[in-house]
Amino acid sequence: MTNHWIDIQNSDCILIMGSNAAENHPVSFKYVAAAQQKGATLISVDPRFTRTSSKADIYAPLRSGTDIAFLGGMIKYILDNKLYHEEYVAEYTNASFIVKKSYSFKNGLFSGYEKTPEGPGLGKYDKSQWGFETDANGVPKMDPSLAHRRSVFQLLKTHFKRYTPAVVSKITGTPEADLLKVYKAYCATGKRGQAGTIMYAMGWTQHTTGTQNIRTMAIIQLLLGNMGVAGGGVNALRGESNVQGSTDHCLLWHIWPGYLKTPRASNVDLAAYNGKWTPKSSDLLSANWWQNYPKYSVSLLKSFFGGDATAANDFGYSWLPKVDDDKGYSWFDLFDAMYKKQVKGFLAWGQNPACSGSNAGKNREAMANLEWMVNVNLFDNETGSFWKGPGMDPAKIATEVFMLPAAAFAEKEGSVTNSGRWMQWRYQGPKPLGNSRPDGDIILELGHKIKAAYAGSGVFPEPIRALKWDYATDHAFDAHKVAKEINGYFTKDVTIKDKLYKAGTLVPSFAFLQADGSTSSGNWLYCNSYTEKGNMAARRGQKDAVNGIGLYPEFSWCWPVNRRILYNRASVDAKGQPWDAKDWVIRFAGNKADGKWTSRKWLGDVPDGGWYPLANPDGSRREDARYAFIMRKHGHAQIYGPGRADGPFPEHYEPLECPVEKNFLNPQMVNPTAALYTTDADSYATCDPRYPYVASTYRVTEHWQTGLMTRTQPWLLEMHPQMFVELSPELAELKGIQNGERVMVSSARGKVECSAVVSKRLTPFKVGGLTVHQVGLPWHYGWRWPASGNEESANLLTPPAGDPNTRIPETKAFMVNVAKL
Amino acid sequence: MAYAFLIDTTLCTACRGCQVACKQWHDLPAETTSNRGSFQNPADLSFGTYKLVRMREKVIDKRLQWLFFPDQCRHCIEAPCLETAGDPSAIYQDGDTGAILYTAETRNLLTTEIIESCPYYIPRAADDGTLAKCDMCNDRVHNGLKPACVTTCPTGSMQFGERDEILTLADRHLQMAKKRYPKASLLDPDDVNVIYLVAYPPDLYHEFAVAAAGRSDMTRQMALRKMVRPLVHLGSRLV
Repeated sequence: MTNHWIDIQNSDCILIMGSNAAENHPVSFKYVAAAQQKGATLISVDPRFTRTSSKADIYAPLRSGTDIAFLGGMIKYILDNKLYHEEYVAEYTNASFIVKKSYSFKNGLFSGYEKTPEGPGLGKYDKSQWGFETDANGVPKMDPSLAHRRSVFQLLKTHFKRYTPAVVSKITGTPEADLLKVYKAYCATGKRGQAGTIMYAMGWTQHTTGTQNIRTMAIIQLLLGNMGVAGGGVNALRGESNVQGSTDHCLLWHIWPGYLKTPRASNVDLAAYNGKWTPKSSDLLSANWWQNYPKYSVSLLKSFFGGDATAANDFGYSWLPKVDDDKGYSWFDLFDAMYKKQVKGFLAWGQNPACSGSNAGKNREAMANLEWMVNVNLFDNETGSFWKGPGMDPAKIATEVFMLPAAAFAEKEGSVTNSGRWMQWRYQGPKPLGNSRPDGDIILELGHKIKAAYAGSGVFPEPIRALKWDYATDHAFDAHKVAKEINGYFTKDVTIKDKLYKAGTLVPSFAFLQADGSTSSGNWLYCNSYTEKGNMAARRGQKDAVNGIGLYPEFSWCWPVNRRILYNRASVDAKGQPWDAKDWVIRFAGNKADGKWTSRKWLGDVPDGGWYPLANPDGSRREDARYAFIMRKHGHAQIYGPGRADGPFPEHYEPLECPVEKNFLNPQMVNPTAALYTTDADSYATCDPRYPYVASTYRVTEHWQTGLMTRTQPWLLEMHPQMFVELSPELAELKGIQNGERVMVSSARGKVECSAVVSKRLTPFKVGGLTVHQVGLPWHYGWRWPASGNEESANLLTPPAGDPNTRIPETKAFMVNVAKL
Repeated sequence: MAYAFLIDTTLCTACRGCQVACKQWHDLPAETTSNRGSFQNPADLSFGTYKLVRMREKVIDKRLQWLFFPDQCRHCIEAPCLETAGDPSAIYQDGDTGAILYTAETRNLLTTEIIESCPYYIPRAADDGTLAKCDMCNDRVHNGLKPACVTTCPTGSMQFGERDEILTLADRHLQMAKKRYPKASLLDPDDVNVIYLVAYPPDLYHEFAVAAAGRSDMTRQMALRKMVRPLVHLGSRLV
C-alpha cells in the first residue's frame, strides 16, 4: 500500500476491483464502512457479486481478464471529459516529457519487438526505443503545456482513443450503462480536495497482464491527483500477515532486501554492479534517491559478512551467486526445472506447492524427480505427502521427505509488516507445541550445521565461512538480534555532521548509511526501525498526528522512516500547501519574507524529503527544491513507464485461455511478452469447445490459502466444508445442474470434483455478441484433508502462463468445462 | 441493569467471525456439514449452534442484494419461553444483565412448547430434550467483557452495552442507514434486548426476523401457560 488501512476512512470514493476485501480482508471493512458513513461511494467491480458487492453503492460485473479494457475506458473518459487534475499532472507526472521518435504502437505491438523462440517469454522488447528526448545533460525535455505531439500526455490520448465504451463493453461484457456509472463516480475524485482509492489484490496481479493492470490504475490515480493524498493511493491488499515484510526482505528471486537488485552474471564486480543499478540524473531538482544505491548495497554486504567484508575484497560481492542475464528463476521456473530433473533438493518452507502453484499437477509430478525434500510446516500437507497422493505410485518415487514441524505465529516472537508497511512487533504467546520450533531457530541451526560441514573442506567454502551468524542468545534464535541487524550498526567510529557515532551502536536512519564499509544494514528500508532509542516496531502510542487523519505515528513503525503515506509531497501544490485543506497529509509552514520562504518546516506526516517546496509564496521557483517523486530518476511519477517488459502504456490482451477468437482492440491475442511454459505437463486450450467457460480462482473468508491452517479447523470447515464451483442459474440450466449437487470441473490440465453453488450472483456476459458464462472456484482445498480425500485443489486446473515482469501465474482467468458427475 | 445488543445488518459483511467466536467461547462442537449450494452453513441453528449468519439473495428494486442476518436469541424483555417454562431452575432471567438463561433442567420441560413459545424460533433441543441457545456470554459480561461475537465483529455491525445507550446508538445508526436505505428500520426495539437494524423489509432477511405472526399472540399464550403451569411442570417431569 502507498497508504495504509486506517487511511481508507479518509476516502471519498473507494474502488474495490481485483480484490474482494469484505471476504478476504474483513477488517478493512471497518474503515470502508467508516468512509461510507461519512458519505463516500463504494464501487465493486468483480466477475461475481461478492460479499464486498453486497455493501457497494455501485456494482459492475466484468469478465475475468479484461481489467485493462475496463480501466483503459476510464482513462479515455477522464481525458475526454477533462476530469484530470491538470496542475498535478503537469507538475508531478511525466505527462510533459517528450518521447523519442522511435516509440510507436502498431497492431498491438510497441516498437522494438522480437519473438524469443526459446521461451518461456513469448517475445521481448528493445526498450531503448521507448526512451525520452533529452537535453545534452540527459535530462528529459518537457512541455508543461502538455501540447507537444510527442508528449506523454498526447501519446496517452492517442493510445486510449480506441477504448470507447462500446468497444470496452464488447470485451468486458460490462453493460455500457454500468461502465459509465463507475467512471462518473470514480472520476469525480479528480477535483481538488477529493480523494479516490483503489483496493486491489490477486484479482489484478495474477494475469499475463498483471503488472499492466496495476499500471493502468496508477495512471488513473495520477491523472486524478490521487497519489500521495489522504484517502487515495494505490493499495495492494497483501494476502498474508507478513507477506509485505517478506517481500521487503527479498522473498523473491530478483531482489535483495530493500528492493536492491539480485546481481546478474554481467555485473562482474561490485563497481559494475553498483554502476549498473545506480541511476544518474544531472537534473538538480531531481532527488533521484536511488543515487544512494551503493550505500545500501555495501551496508547489506557488511551485514552478510561482517568483518570479513572489506573494501579490498569488494565486501564479499564475489562470494554471492549471480543469476544469468535475461533468465528467470521464479516459482514457475523452479518447478519447470524440477520437472525437467534439473533440481535435486527442495526446502518447502511454509508453503504448499502441491496445492498453491498454478498447474499444481505439474508441481506434484516435479517433486517426484527430487532426491530429497524438507517440508517445514505446522502440519503435514499435500506437499510433504505428495508421494502418496492421488495418481502417485509410492513404489516408483525415490524422493526422501523430511518433515520439520514449525511453530505457529502466536508461539514465537518477532515482527510482521502489514499491507500498510507497518512493522509491528509481536511477543511470544504459548511456547511451541511438542517438537515444533520457530522458523528462526530452524534456520539458525541449519546455518550452524552448514558452517560445520564446511569447516574443514568443501567446494567454495569462503562465503559460508565468512557468513556472519551471531543471532543466538543462550543457543536460541533471538529475534531482537536479527531486528537490530536489519536496522544496521556503525562498524567503526564515524563522525557525521559533527556528531560522533561509536562503533557497535545502531544507525539512526538510512540517511546515515555509508558506501565505505563503516555501516552495516540488513535492509536499508528498515534502517530506523530498531535504534538506540529502542524497538520502534514495539511502540503502542495512541496519539494521532497534528493533522488528525489517523496516521498514529507513535504506533508501531512504518517504512520508510515512519512515513505513513508515500509520495506525500504530491499532496501539496508547488508552494507546499495541501490540495485538501481538511484531510491534509503534510503542509509547509516555514517562515516567509518578501514572498519567499526563508526557513524550512513541514507539518503532518514525515515528508517525502524535507526540502523546500518547488515554489515560493509569490510563485517564483526555487532552485533548492526537489521534485515530488523522489524515488524516480527524473523526479516525476510515470504515466509513461518505459521500464516494463510489455510496454510503456498498458494494452488489453486476452488471457492465454479465453472465450473469444478475436481481441477487439488489436490483432495480438495474448500479451506478446507473456511467459508460457511448454513441457508435456503444460497444456492449454483457448477458444476450445471442450472448455467453453471462463473460470477464476479466489479465496473465501472462512479459509486461508491452501487451507492447511483452516481445513484442519472444525469450526471453519463446518462453514465451508467442501470444494465448490459457483455458477449462474443460466449455466446450471444449460447443463442440467441442480444447486448443491456434485459436478466435475475440468481444464486442459486436470479435473476437480466440486459442489455446485448455483447463484444469481453470477450472470452470463455478452462478449462480442456471444453469451459467455463465467464460473468461480476457491483454491483452499487439497486431498490430504478433509479425510474423504475428495476435496481437491483448484490449482490442478490453472494455466501454465504468467506475467512477463513478475511471472506471477494467470490463475484468475482460464477456461474450463463444468459437467454433471 | 439490562444490557442490549445492536446488530446493524447494513454493516454486516457476513464474515461469520461472530459465528465462530460463539462456538469458541462456548466450546461448542462443529457440526458435520456439506455444501448445500449455499454459503450459509450450518443450515440452521441447533443445540450446538447458538449463532448463525443467515444469507439470502434477493432482487429488490431490480438490484440484486445479498442479505445477511446474524441470527441469535433476542433476550426478550418479557420472554415467552421463560413464562412458558415457569420453572426458574430451567429458564431464568439474570437480574443483573437481563440475559435469558437456560440450564440443564430444561430437559425436564416440554421441549416443543418452549420452542413454539419463542416468537423468533430460537431454542433448539438435544436428543435428551435439553434446550440451548445464546446466553449473552453472561459469564463474560459479569466479568466486564463484551459477548464474544461483539468483540470479534470487525465492522462495528454488532454493538453491546447498557440498554439505554444501545437504544440511543440504534437511533443514530438508523438515521445514518436511512440516508442510504430509506426503508431501514429497527426490529421490535421495545420488546427485545437484541435489536436488529435492517435496510429492507425484515421478511426478506429471515422468516422470524421479527416476532412471527403465528407466534406473536403471546399475551394469550402466556396467560394460558400461567393457568396450567403446575400441570405442565408436573407433566414434563413425568415425561
